[in-house]
Amino acid sequence: MSLGHIRALVLRYTFLYTRSVPRVAEMFFWPVMDLLVWGFLSVYLQRLGHQVPATITFLLGSMIFWDILYRAQQAVTISFLEDIWARNLLNIFVSPIRVSEFIAATYVVGFVKILITVAILAGLALWFYHWNLFAMGLPLIPLFANLLLMGWAVGMITTALILRWGQSAEALAWGIPFLIQPVAAVFYPLSVLPGWLQVIARGIPATYVFEGMRQVLRGEGFPTHHLACAFGLNVLYLIGAGMFFNYMFGVAREKGLLAKLGTQ
Amino acid sequence: MAETLVEVQHLRKEFAGTVAVADVSFTVQRGEIVGVLGANGAGKTTTIQILLGLIKPTSGNVTVFGKDLERHRIEILQRSNFSSAYTGLPSNLKVWENLLIFAMIYGVKGHREKTNELLEMFEIAHLRDKITGHLSSGESTRVNLCKSLLNDPELLMLDEPTASLDPDIADKVRKLLRRIQSERRITMVYTSHNMRDVEEVCDRVLFMHKGRIIAEGTPQQVKDRFNQKTLEDVFINVARGGDVMATGEEVAR
Repeated sequence: MSLGHIRALVLRYTFLYTRSVPRVAEMFFWPVMDLLVWGFLSVYLQRLGHQVPATITFLLGSMIFWDILYRAQQAVTISFLEDIWARNLLNIFVSPIRVSEFIAATYVVGFVKILITVAILAGLALWFYHWNLFAMGLPLIPLFANLLLMGWAVGMITTALILRWGQSAEALAWGIPFLIQPVAAVFYPLSVLPGWLQVIARGIPATYVFEGMRQVLRGEGFPTHHLACAFGLNVLYLIGAGMFFNYMFGVAREKGLLAKLGTQ
Repeated sequence: MAETLVEVQHLRKEFAGTVAVADVSFTVQRGEIVGVLGANGAGKTTTIQILLGLIKPTSGNVTVFGKDLERHRIEILQRSNFSSAYTGLPSNLKVWENLLIFAMIYGVKGHREKTNELLEMFEIAHLRDKITGHLSSGESTRVNLCKSLLNDPELLMLDEPTASLDPDIADKVRKLLRRIQSERRITMVYTSHNMRDVEEVCDRVLFMHKGRIIAEGTPQQVKDRFNQKTLEDVFINVARGGDVMATGEEVAR
């Protein structure tokens, strides 16, 4: 893997984002809107009934954590779509860039974008709701890292599907994360789900992250078990996603889809 | 002695039972400009895309710089480049930014000087700080050509490089390509539907029809073989499958 290639691609995204107001706005607009809606809803719920303790804490934490997963997935997929939209995909794939370098660059860009978005959301949460994300302390780092890993894996799978089915599969870029959301116990504990759905949920790394987050917010200590499960599953997901992407890349070369995607 | 840069042996490509390239073999020597011609569906684009590593052949071998394309794809792409009228560069980047990115990808040393030299050469130095999306299609094509020469490629694949250029600029680009080829001995594989382009630029042409090469030689040799005055007449007759094609098939290879 060439660091020079990754650096060149990251620089390209930097140029792309620093020059485009809609792209920069997209990084903040929806997350901030979500934060405001969920934040004020939880304030309202807390006023309605005292039996819902720490609603703000749970909902805001879940919302910000969900955004990390969603943005990580989006960073990989949208970066790929940017090249399709610009009809630049052929220039990339006929240059000496390895697919792994292309993916690695999207990871770096995604990581930076998420750091910026989370910093803004954390600041707003503190300002509006007096809730400090960083009060979670050390567990925040491995929880964040696991969401990032899962987002990258889902992003790779989504990109592979777009590679295979072209722009007609573009909606998947935005839709796939929402297939995961209801099952991954994002806004409610795993125990709320029916038994059969809990079995599926236990196969999703994010479930353990959100359960772990709630454990930390309840003050029940470092979520070692949840983090271990999430990390183990993430390793499997990343290996699987990498193999799936490679397979689909091979199919795309076999069927001449790369060239079609690059010029359509 | 001529050095073979590209060697294609019994290339075949099928897409879901449809034969795009039936059985194609040819070589390209260092410093040659070879035109790949044919009507739509003749198999020329598929052949070029196989040479670029974008499509995996069903069977046959492709070696470039003496190396197997499938096994040494990245190494080969490092020493090659490509330009097409049908690809673009990120539209909201400035011209110099796009060229800088590709210079970094190809590991070009002194990329600033190289970029300026190429922009001057294609008479678009004034566009250096312009947003790529604001360029006309002719200007974009020339920026793309600059990109394709950044790494001083030994092998350059050009897909309809003059398709969106006005006659004046197209003429300049043709002359420039010829000059670059003679000065730097760059090998070029060139596809175009513009037969004037091909006659003026190419040393040798491969005429494809229904996935096969039906004629090969200098533009003059191909015209003589088909008993036509221009390559355009050869093209039209081959595309329409007329008598000329039968004559050509008998004598071509």
